[in-house]
Amino acid sequence: MSIEISAKSIQPIRLSYGNLEERFGNKKPASRYQEAVYDVQPTANFQFRPIWDKNHEIYDKKRTAIVMEDWYSFADPRQYYYGTYNITRSKQQDVAEHNFSFVDKRDLFDSVPDAVKQQVRDILVPLRHVEWAANMNNCQITDECYGSNFSSLAMFNAMDRLGMAQYVTRIGLLIDKNEETSIDAAKIAWMEAPEWQELRHAIEDMFVLDDWFELMVAQNFVLDGLIFPLIYNRFEKKLTKEGGATVAMLTEFMDDWYAETVRWSNALAKVTVKESDANKTLVSEWVAKWTSRLTAAVEPIALKAFGAEGINELAEVKQELLTRLGKQGVTV
Amino acid sequence: MPSKKLNLRKRYELLTRGMGWETTHQKMDDVFPYDTFEGIKITDWDKWEDPFRLTMDAYWKFQAEKERKLYAVIDSFAQNNGQTNLADASYLSAIKLFITGVTPIEYAAHRGFAHLGRHFRGDGARIACQMQAIDELRHQQTQVHTISHYNKHFDGLHDPFHQFDRVWYLSVPKAFSEDALSAGPFEFITSISFAFEYVLTNLLFVPFMSGAAYNGDMATVTFGFSAQSDESRHMTLGLEIIKFMLEQHEDNLPIVQRWMDKHFWRAYRLLALVATMQDYMLTNSPMSWKEAWDVYFVENGGALFEDLSRYGLRMPKYHELATAEADHISHQVWSVFCSLGNATGFHTFLPTEEKMAWLSEKYPDTFDKYYRPRFEYWAKQQAEGTFEFQKGLPQLCQVCQVPMVFTEVQTDPMQISYRVTEHGGDKYHFCSDGCKDIFEYEPEKYVQAWLPVHQIYQGNCGGATIPEVLEWYKFSPDDTGDYIGSRDHARWQEWKGTDAMVKQA
Amino acid sequence: MSDKKNTVFLILQDNEDARPIIEAVEVDNPEANIQYQPGMVRMECAGKLVVNRETVEEQIGREWDVQELHLNLVSLAGNVDEDEDQFELSWH
Repeated sequence: MSIEISAKSIQPIRLSYGNLEERFGNKKPASRYQEAVYDVQPTANFQFRPIWDKNHEIYDKKRTAIVMEDWYSFADPRQYYYGTYNITRSKQQDVAEHNFSFVDKRDLFDSVPDAVKQQVRDILVPLRHVEWAANMNNCQITDECYGSNFSSLAMFNAMDRLGMAQYVTRIGLLIDKNEETSIDAAKIAWMEAPEWQELRHAIEDMFVLDDWFELMVAQNFVLDGLIFPLIYNRFEKKLTKEGGATVAMLTEFMDDWYAETVRWSNALAKVTVKESDANKTLVSEWVAKWTSRLTAAVEPIALKAFGAEGINELAEVKQELLTRLGKQGVTV
Repeated sequence: MPSKKLNLRKRYELLTRGMGWETTHQKMDDVFPYDTFEGIKITDWDKWEDPFRLTMDAYWKFQAEKERKLYAVIDSFAQNNGQTNLADASYLSAIKLFITGVTPIEYAAHRGFAHLGRHFRGDGARIACQMQAIDELRHQQTQVHTISHYNKHFDGLHDPFHQFDRVWYLSVPKAFSEDALSAGPFEFITSISFAFEYVLTNLLFVPFMSGAAYNGDMATVTFGFSAQSDESRHMTLGLEIIKFMLEQHEDNLPIVQRWMDKHFWRAYRLLALVATMQDYMLTNSPMSWKEAWDVYFVENGGALFEDLSRYGLRMPKYHELATAEADHISHQVWSVFCSLGNATGFHTFLPTEEKMAWLSEKYPDTFDKYYRPRFEYWAKQQAEGTFEFQKGLPQLCQVCQVPMVFTEVQTDPMQISYRVTEHGGDKYHFCSDGCKDIFEYEPEKYVQAWLPVHQIYQGNCGGATIPEVLEWYKFSPDDTGDYIGSRDHARWQEWKGTDAMVKQA
Repeated sequence: MSDKKNTVFLILQDNEDARPIIEAVEVDNPEANIQYQPGMVRMECAGKLVVNRETVEEQIGREWDVQELHLNLVSLAGNVDEDEDQFELSWH
């Protein structure tokens, strides 16, 4: 039995949740993004101090030196909540899955020159450890940050990094017909080969940073701002010229991911430094510190990837990063 | 040459293990500073077995499919004013308690599992916790989205997160979740994944969501069952972590047993709210709290603990009392809410004749004897216009923070169960031996508790009078009080009445 | 300890996707008790319950990934053992 009720009597009595009316007015319904991420995290009347960190409340603004009047003044330009995030990634993984199975079924790696395959083993496959570290770091940000918009954003980023670590691993497996030789070699290189050690050292130092926003700058602004354009874009193009277009098919996810990610990292940098001179100074110092350290750490990898030309490639990537952050108001 | 065939187990191992490494520039104990201080001994994290082997690509694929289905239902529910198909608008008191009391603890679980997802030393355990961290975020967000439509048409749903941090009865779930969040990682996972998810979550979701279906609430049943598809993974994680700790070292058993005893009792006390939802707030209840307790705790929990007895783990302390209380708690807690209905963010209502007949049938040993007379007395007062809400505020248990309403069910069901202990020259009050034991083991923790009633008396909650406190809660007069005569009731009558506005199609 | 085997259970949403899985459970676990409750189907069995990929595939005439089970899962009890061919619940 269905009941038809005249629309007149079913007018809503309010259009949004109260916190969203306060933020955005009561003239139109809030978006699903707004409903999902604003003001969800508790802010007051905490019951107990964490036994593992007695200097802080469970959620505490003082876990970073960055000060925001309102931690919700930053909004994700992609407007991701769980549903839209997963649906977007699911479409991307559909394409990736198709590409992986196409390469496998047609034995496309058989026609890739050995020299290109070796570069994939040397440069690309060890990046599974870099993505794994990025997963840990974004999980750390999810843990320590303030506000449900941040925890949501960092959580999605953390899971993306796990996904990409797994895609890189699959490239390592596929190139050797599912033998583990490449991923084992990459682990040894990551732990021992001279060209990876400075980067590994920097990443291990990032693991123990006290300030989650500094970690945000080091990982998501600076390290990603170097690695993704340098390897998943420029190095892929070089491989394509050398007969390795197959590889680019398998890293398309990463290249697209980075183009998307830059949108929120730009917006975050902009909102944070605009808030106060103190924030601007801090972010600028962190950008300078980590750009200097991480550029030096990536240099041996750039040299291995591009030969002598690696110095210029890396310098250009670094300049693009600094120009982009400069546009957001960071002093570079 | 074709690629070597990888089975699921091997493939998953390659995609989740070996990416982490033994750090050399920083000490592992500095990179993972929190996973040893509780005394749990892990000799080999590689022994961690994942029951479900979901790689991220599969996760995105399956979760996206669930989300597409769920949002299709949410959209169509809103477009078709699905709220008009409810059994009755009074049913929404359950949803009001749900979004203010349960949805915020989904968010808390998201943050807690993110903490573990970063800080457990084992790669496999970290990934499992991260998956749960993002799932819990899903549950918080889908609940807000689903209930959004109800918020547009009913009172009491508009400020759940503001209220969670303040309202007197919401400190029960807040203290429960912050107890776990403020503990170490192994205690957190024992509390949330095992005591709550594995042992008790079926009591929250299965009968409640089935109840939503039974009352025409297609929106809630859809998000509830969709969330349960994740919960099944979470429950399994709970069982795996317990087995893992117990298998790793014999010294872990007494620690795990103590946490089990504590968090079973904590979670069980929280579920007193669920018992009330199930027996009183649902217009039609498919299953009583007692029946659900018998199926999901006595039978199923019994099987679980029998299985775990090979490790030396025994049933949680006071489980017999919980089973004895199953005949009482929903009636006791609903009575408190009805007597304080002017200070609840959902409408209270006395059980109808039909409901009381059902309660008599489901609770033959207790309802008519102890509780029916109370409800009938209040009904008589209401009919005569002499019913008044209580003016004073109830005393809260220092640990579970539920008002002191539970009774000595094993000896004298009319006698309030009341325990007291002294610490640092102050007296602390408890509803039960279970809560008192918890306090006495960690008094320094529980003396910190933010007890809403104390805070009101100290003037920290907006003022000294009930209206000032309610304003501080953001409770409007439309949110509180009896359902009969409320704005929700008036709108419901307008929609469902037989006037010209409604015609049968 | 008694010889009586404790019950394991698997609860699925009551919908079209779950039908072939329920039918496969009936085929492979003849002693399973299947109860239809509001919105869901509860399948219980003493000691052990298994869902076999091949049996589900026979019901639907296409390839079926055992992990598709997750889409309609409501609850379960027992130790889980999942691989590419089956999903098994058991008490030890």
